[in-house]
Amino acid sequence: MTSRNVRRNAVNNFMLGLCAVCAFLTVSTLFVILGYLLYNGATSVDLNFFTKLPLPPGQNGGGMANAILGSAQIVVVATLIGLPIGFFAGIYLAEYGGRTFAFLVRYVADLLNGIPSIVIGIVAWTVVVVPQHHFSALAGSLALSLMLIPITARNTEQFLLEVPRSMREGSLALGAKKWRTIASVIVPAARKGIMTGMILGVARISGETAPLLFTSLNNQYFSTGLSEPTASLPVMIFQRAISPFDDYHRQAWAAGLVLLALVLLANIAARMVISRGASLPR
Amino acid sequence: MSTSSAAITPGTTIVPKRRFGGDEVAYLVTLVFAASILLVTLLMVWQLWIHSSPAREKFGFSFLTSKLWNPVTDEFGALPFLYGTVVTSFLALLIAVPLGVGAAIYLSELARPKLSNSLTFLVELLAAVPSVIFGLLAIFTLVPLMRDYVGPGVQKVLGFLPVFSGHIYGVGYLTAGMILAIMTFPFIISVSREALMAVPREQREAALALGATQWESTFQVVLPFARLGIMGSVFLALARALGETMAVTMVIGNDPTIHASLFAPGYTIAAVIANEFTEATGNTYLSALVELGLVLFALTMVINGVAQLLIVLTTKKGSAKA
Repeated sequence: MTSRNVRRNAVNNFMLGLCAVCAFLTVSTLFVILGYLLYNGATSVDLNFFTKLPLPPGQNGGGMANAILGSAQIVVVATLIGLPIGFFAGIYLAEYGGRTFAFLVRYVADLLNGIPSIVIGIVAWTVVVVPQHHFSALAGSLALSLMLIPITARNTEQFLLEVPRSMREGSLALGAKKWRTIASVIVPAARKGIMTGMILGVARISGETAPLLFTSLNNQYFSTGLSEPTASLPVMIFQRAISPFDDYHRQAWAAGLVLLALVLLANIAARMVISRGASLPR
Repeated sequence: MSTSSAAITPGTTIVPKRRFGGDEVAYLVTLVFAASILLVTLLMVWQLWIHSSPAREKFGFSFLTSKLWNPVTDEFGALPFLYGTVVTSFLALLIAVPLGVGAAIYLSELARPKLSNSLTFLVELLAAVPSVIFGLLAIFTLVPLMRDYVGPGVQKVLGFLPVFSGHIYGVGYLTAGMILAIMTFPFIISVSREALMAVPREQREAALALGATQWESTFQVVLPFARLGIMGSVFLALARALGETMAVTMVIGNDPTIHASLFAPGYTIAAVIANEFTEATGNTYLSALVELGLVLFALTMVINGVAQLLIVLTTKKGSAKA
């Protein structure tokens, strides 16, 4: 009996210890990634990186000014398309949705969220690039906005639903119409959560590469409009990393570090906002 | 704001149509945007269907079973890519599921709430790292590591098995599976942790009161209770792994043939689309690539659907019993 208990205790300690090891192993990969990027990229992130155009292979130096600007352009347009659609759809789901139709929209939004980004790239290509016969920043923005819509819709819905029922009833009892209640009571109450979700969504699409590969393509120079092929940071990292040139690799590390820093900072900032000042007990 | 309702003058005798107030407008506007999600998804299916028609008409179902991928002779078969996609995703799950579930157990059952929350925060940050960054790291660290140390080491011990035989290039199925494992375990951890935390406290207390050790309580009571949610997280991770493009493209080796060895270079559906789409010439070639996209779309749709269903089922069950 005692020997059996000794064995049970040993198994207990071993397995629980193993779980702890799993947890610290998985979390440590984040630090490995950060550390490795800093080690390889930190020295190459200088003024040139932000201000100069890329140089042809073989020449050392140059920067990624056009890719940084191009990424910003593509993401801003995607945000302008995707956020409003997702936001209003989210309001519908939380406030107006009936049983069946809202369930359907919710389910499809989750499926849309799970579609591989490369497939979304193909769709944007068929819708924009094929009729126009050329690659464009607009096609890239469209692809990214398709990814942003379901994320924003589900986030908005979730935070609207967390607004206490008493606030709705109070507003309605004062004689406000439903839309008025939504616009001046419910949405402001859920503001922080919705904003957080939006920032996280935009951060997520900023790092996407696959939907841009054959929509906005790439460009050696600054692009002058939405209808031109446009360089972007993630595509640049991909193409530099698979090239055979050392100086290109150096730039890929630098660009990777900048992209990761931006994405992680946005994530940390968004999550700080919600954890500190969230007006609602979660 | 209320000007729209004031626009109707009180003296009018006949009111042929209903007053169109703010509520109807707001309802319609949000309804249109919500419906646009459905329309967009239908449009995606429609576009993929139309643009893959030349390949679908030419090859039919043999597209899925043919091993030949030859752009020069315009003959296309998806089998090597299906094989690569399934093998790399399976390898990823093989590594990520035990690691992820173990970590989730630690976070929900063992760690103090404060530590658990900060570790979960870090896991969520890991999930936010763009896939091209994983690819960048994999090319310059994981590939040499596999080629020079891990590969030869494994081969020395298990080289007699066909899956570990042959030349070690560094790139290949196993490397892609490993990077996919790192990319998918954040999802397994966060969803499994939620599922485990939804298990009512009484379940654990009852097991402990009967004399079970903490591991026995966790393994025989808590895990079975949360199994649907954990399975949901695994399916979610599987869908991510199947569709993951950039990191895999950078380390898979780009070889459209089927190899038994996991050290051999291969190809996945997402990777071949990423690599060949801009270079594809000719209608059949392009539509074959679009059809691959359609196959990937269908595959992830089904897997995601199952995952959502499982997650919905557990949350319902958890809340009903809590």
